[in-house]
Amino acid sequence: MSEMVCDNCGSTDAVVHLTQIVNNEMSTFHLCEKCAAEKGLESTPEPVSVPLTDFLAQMGHEQGEEIQPGGQKCSYCGLTFKDFRETGRLGCPHCYETFAPSLRRLLRRVHGGTQHVGKVYLPPDPSASEMEKRLEGLRRRLHRAIESEDFERAAELRDQIRSLEPA
Amino acid sequence: MEEFSSIPDYGLNWLEASGDHADIVLSTRVRLARNLQGHAFGPRARVNDREAVLRQFRACAPRCESLRDGTLLELDGAEPRTRRILLERRLVTRDLLGDPGEDPARGAAVHLSGANPTSVMVNEEDHLRVQSLVSGLRIEEAWRLVDRLDEELGRELPFAFHQEFGFLTSCPTNVGTGLRASVFMHLPGLVLTKEIGKVLQGLGQVGLTFRGLYGEGSEVVGNFFQVSNQTTLGKAEEDLVDHLDKVVRQVIQYEMHARQVLLRDALGVTEDKIWRAYGLLRYARTLSFEELMNLLSGVRLGLSLKLLPGLRVYTLNKMMIFTQPAHLEQAAGRDLPAAEGDAHRAAYVRRILATEGDVSADDSLSGESRPPTGPDA
Repeated sequence: MSEMVCDNCGSTDAVVHLTQIVNNEMSTFHLCEKCAAEKGLESTPEPVSVPLTDFLAQMGHEQGEEIQPGGQKCSYCGLTFKDFRETGRLGCPHCYETFAPSLRRLLRRVHGGTQHVGKVYLPPDPSASEMEKRLEGLRRRLHRAIESEDFERAAELRDQIRSLEPA
Repeated sequence: MEEFSSIPDYGLNWLEASGDHADIVLSTRVRLARNLQGHAFGPRARVNDREAVLRQFRACAPRCESLRDGTLLELDGAEPRTRRILLERRLVTRDLLGDPGEDPARGAAVHLSGANPTSVMVNEEDHLRVQSLVSGLRIEEAWRLVDRLDEELGRELPFAFHQEFGFLTSCPTNVGTGLRASVFMHLPGLVLTKEIGKVLQGLGQVGLTFRGLYGEGSEVVGNFFQVSNQTTLGKAEEDLVDHLDKVVRQVIQYEMHARQVLLRDALGVTEDKIWRAYGLLRYARTLSFEELMNLLSGVRLGLSLKLLPGLRVYTLNKMMIFTQPAHLEQAAGRDLPAAEGDAHRAAYVRRILATEGDVSADDSLSGESRPPTGPDA
């Protein structure tokens, strides 16, 4: 197959091909890795249930592994990737940045993707984009509450949205 | 600090058996894992991290409506028996209590709400584990309770949150939503008809997992299973919760079907098993906890099938909790070596069944309605 254009951003490296059947109509989308990840789609098929420790032990030992972070260390808590591999536990929130590339591979295997789509936390002193993300999340939940006719819930969410929206 | 003896009812709401399918689903629990920015996660946290986490939580808790009228128990200062009672009620984990025989680490605490069945473990593997425990199958309600509490806490506490990975947790298997919903089920029909293997395997294929009574690594005793979601990232909380609810309802259908098969194809054997279990509970002089759980399983099945009239689910639930070692010791007011504990357990069960579960009066009824085969019947 020659180069595919991503239907979302127009780049020429679409690698995820999604076929959907909605109301008996089939449609196919082509997406690059980045756009697919943003939509919560991953090129990895189903999450497989391998014990975490087995998988961790394997990590970093694979052929042609570019990231060999065995000696890499979290600058905040001092955890090395080796420590993580042995215990299966990260040391602190910063570790997620430090080991992000390896973690993404792990998260794809464990959860089937890397993008969180649930509740969006709003820090006490939020930036504009954090505020927007939070509102997006709340609107998504509101929509869902209305769809499932949970009006009590919908009213709560609507109040939360109103309290955040600029007057 | 308040001691547990003065707050005896925490974590017992679910016993009332008021939730949906309470004979098959004992309880539903939802927990969220949350961590605070600027501190190492539980396993790597130093004493000053742990103390700071507890301090921040303590300052915030009184302003949380969901934690109203509650109590914060610091576990390193609590009586050893109190800690074990909390564990037996599943309000704390072994992990939070630390190594057996040693005091829990500084800062390990649990906040029990007086307003509703929610609690927060502080300084477990994650800084906060927010949880709710309700009767029967009520996943939606359990989720709402923790969601509300999480919102209240999040308004004041600086949670560690990442735009891509979501809520950050010590173990990457919890990252994202940090949500684990688990339903505690009694599935004797599927075990007796040998269908259980297929069902458990099926759970794995739809992203769910199962465990024994006390969570991770514990054995399945008395046909009791905890079914929970396996993945926490990439799906919204409501989807995780809905999915579990749907699958559990399906498992309940399979279980009810299996029970009908038992009644149809093996009524005599099933009835005999149930009455033997009841007889042992009613009259035995010693009972190990494991034996008790197996017998309670039989009696619970009998109750569901209406073969043991006059017995209530509440009575059976109560027997599961108050016959655990620390609860028996609490009632006796002293430590009990294993053999003595077995005698106390049997005595407690006899007493409860004599007052709340005397089904012998209806025995003849059951016999008449299902006579043994024979010309005179």
